[in-house]
Amino acid sequence: MSQEIFLLPDVGEGLIEAEIVSWKVAVGDTVVLNQPLCDVETAKATVELPSPYAGVVVTLHGNPGDMMEVHKPLITFEVGGDGSAPAAAPAAAAPVVEEPKVSNSTEGREAVLVGYGVANEDGLATRKNRRSSSATAPVSTAPAAPITSGPVRTTPPVRLLAKQNGLDLATVPGTGRDGIITRADVERALQGGGTSVVAAPRKASTPKTGPLQPTRFVGNDLAPWATGPKEERIPAKGVLKAMAEAMVLSKTTIPHAGVWLKVDATKTMELIAGLKQQPSLEGIRLSPLTVIALAVTDAARHFPGINSHWDDGTKEVVIKRSMNLGIAADTNKGLIVPNIKEADKLDLVGMAQELNVLVDKVRAGTTSLAEMSGTSFTITNVGPMGVDAAMAIIPPGSGAILAVGQVAKAPWVVNDEIVVRQVVELCLSFDHRMIDGALASKVLAHIGNFLNDPAAAIIAG
Amino acid sequence: MIDEELVQLLTPEGERVVHPEYESTLSGEEIFGLYRDMTIVRRLCNESTSLQRQGQLALWAPIQGQEACQIGPGRALAPMDFTFPTYREHGIAWCRGVEPKEMLRLFRAVSNGGWDPYKYRHSVPTIVLGNQALNAVGYAMGIQRDGAEEAVLTFFGDGASSQGDVLESFVWAASFNAPVVFLCQNNQWGISTPMSVQSKIPLYHRAHGFGFPGIRVDGNDVLAMYEVSKRALENARVGGGPTLIEAYTYRLGAHTTSDDPTRYRIDAEVEVWRHRDPIERVKSLLVHEYKMKQARFDEVAEEAEKLALQLREDVLAMDRPDPLSMFDNVYADFHPLIEEGRQEMIDLGVTGGAH
Repeated sequence: MSQEIFLLPDVGEGLIEAEIVSWKVAVGDTVVLNQPLCDVETAKATVELPSPYAGVVVTLHGNPGDMMEVHKPLITFEVGGDGSAPAAAPAAAAPVVEEPKVSNSTEGREAVLVGYGVANEDGLATRKNRRSSSATAPVSTAPAAPITSGPVRTTPPVRLLAKQNGLDLATVPGTGRDGIITRADVERALQGGGTSVVAAPRKASTPKTGPLQPTRFVGNDLAPWATGPKEERIPAKGVLKAMAEAMVLSKTTIPHAGVWLKVDATKTMELIAGLKQQPSLEGIRLSPLTVIALAVTDAARHFPGINSHWDDGTKEVVIKRSMNLGIAADTNKGLIVPNIKEADKLDLVGMAQELNVLVDKVRAGTTSLAEMSGTSFTITNVGPMGVDAAMAIIPPGSGAILAVGQVAKAPWVVNDEIVVRQVVELCLSFDHRMIDGALASKVLAHIGNFLNDPAAAIIAG
Repeated sequence: MIDEELVQLLTPEGERVVHPEYESTLSGEEIFGLYRDMTIVRRLCNESTSLQRQGQLALWAPIQGQEACQIGPGRALAPMDFTFPTYREHGIAWCRGVEPKEMLRLFRAVSNGGWDPYKYRHSVPTIVLGNQALNAVGYAMGIQRDGAEEAVLTFFGDGASSQGDVLESFVWAASFNAPVVFLCQNNQWGISTPMSVQSKIPLYHRAHGFGFPGIRVDGNDVLAMYEVSKRALENARVGGGPTLIEAYTYRLGAHTTSDDPTRYRIDAEVEVWRHRDPIERVKSLLVHEYKMKQARFDEVAEEAEKLALQLREDVLAMDRPDPLSMFDNVYADFHPLIEEGRQEMIDLGVTGGAH
């Protein structure tokens, strides 16, 4: 038996660090070659790292959220001995010319992405740097104090010169364009000079390294108004980032339109109340949402066009005759939309059971990625939050979303008499590229009729 | 059907399509051969991605989803034809006989190319976008001057279709009626640039403006890719001039290992294309029409697995070259600028000899 250390590789052409997103293995686990070990997020991508060894995990050198340096230990394995590890890999190829060690680990290296081309000499100034440099002119004439923040920016020959003379470049002020350290700067520093050097201001240090804040949601878990900071910045990560991206994609690519309908849902409420008394249905949670979900799948069976999406790549409308019914759920991390696969095949009891499973998983935080993908139609139930209606945003990849308001007692006209009924407002948002107002109206009316007399609708089929 | 003018001989479900101009001429065993090629190339590609993620390759450009675009034309080539690839033509390299380990030498940064282009009649990977199209037309004009009955096949993507080099090569190919076939793998994304931004007309229409035929093929249909490429190459060899083939396909994975496609495209789109997988439809045809047994497919999977492990072993065993040797083969003869570069490296402290 021997130990092998998997060093965090540079997975993206010139990266210096990566953040551990999650581990897929634990200490003591036996892993096979190419088994996924973890997800890491770099400046460019979130990628999965497969195991270079077959063996047993001895040490995980970091925790989720930790920023790890490239070419530093990530995992230690116990390999060999019993012949279980035939594929021991040698250490990653190190650069032939060792780069001068500088004290600052955030030293920027401009990465090259195949297909984009190489930045020219001027391109040393990254886009980010250009933006910041234009806003900051060299002002300070103070003696060159050791500079400890910001990346060291210079050229390879100057790095070599500094290295050969044992000079820490982080202490050298750069007078070149955008604060680049020139050969003259290094020579001046070596001669013990530098007092008259104009120190170019550094790019404001970005909080790229160090512990990152955990993902937070702009929901209920913020600090109170009185005691919280005057202004707060929350990094857009995790569910928040996903929500933002999905909404921008949706609102910028889908021409939204909506139709509204107020429905007398008294019979729906009565049906649910009645079913709750059924001994055979004990333990099954029923709610108006159960009937609404059933109404939606029934409407899709009558009007398949509503269960569709626009494929912009091929300029095709994709009609699906199977409904993965998404249910928008508010979690303490933000909005997620798990779906019930093939919801159109379910009857009322089946729908109730599937909804129960879905809700339980959301509450337990165990909803899987697969359960959130492939949604073809979504219901967002804003009623429990105490509002009447919403014009919801259509999740990318589907063609419509139904928002359901609160079910509340309201005056309603029956046979020219004003009576008190249980009323709910529905709003159907739809992608007007392929769904027109006529179709959307028919679908919403169908759902309304269903709720108006669910027993009759279920029997009619 | 994606487009009314799209040549397709096999649907995503593996059912044959009757086309007025093209029909599949391949036997069951020949189609099985294409299945084997695509399966092996995909497996080798997966291993290469893993090797990159483990720090053993600097970079890798995955091929997933585009196997048929390459295996079809790759097997339609005649031995003396010459091919000019981008950096993603692993399937063509495989068909030309390049050894898998040679394909990875560039990506391991131990070689400027990886193989002898003349041995395989397959040029080295071209990273500079579109440059290979000019090389290809130049080579094709050479064939004309030799009076040989050969053709050139060159590759680029929807992104590179906007490059000046590609469009200039169209002009030269048309003007000289050069025996070249341009194969554009339109995988819908030029890194993060969607097709809708890249071109306002179907790419194959561009050829008409330059004065030669353009044709759009279902790039996930290896039978169609084979027949259309074969006819275009034959046409080029006998003086019929250039053709542009637009292989309408999809890159299921990342542009390269440095790219994260989830940042610019939605899962739903990828899912649609997964259903159009080039390998699955051929397997379906082989099972239903040719009654091939699972054991045969298992054998291919096993062979691919062995090749993948061999590839890993070969890559890990690669020697590191003398860093100064990178200057050796840029020009055949002495070149002052190259010599200057070499001297600069020596001055920077880089010494000769393998480390």
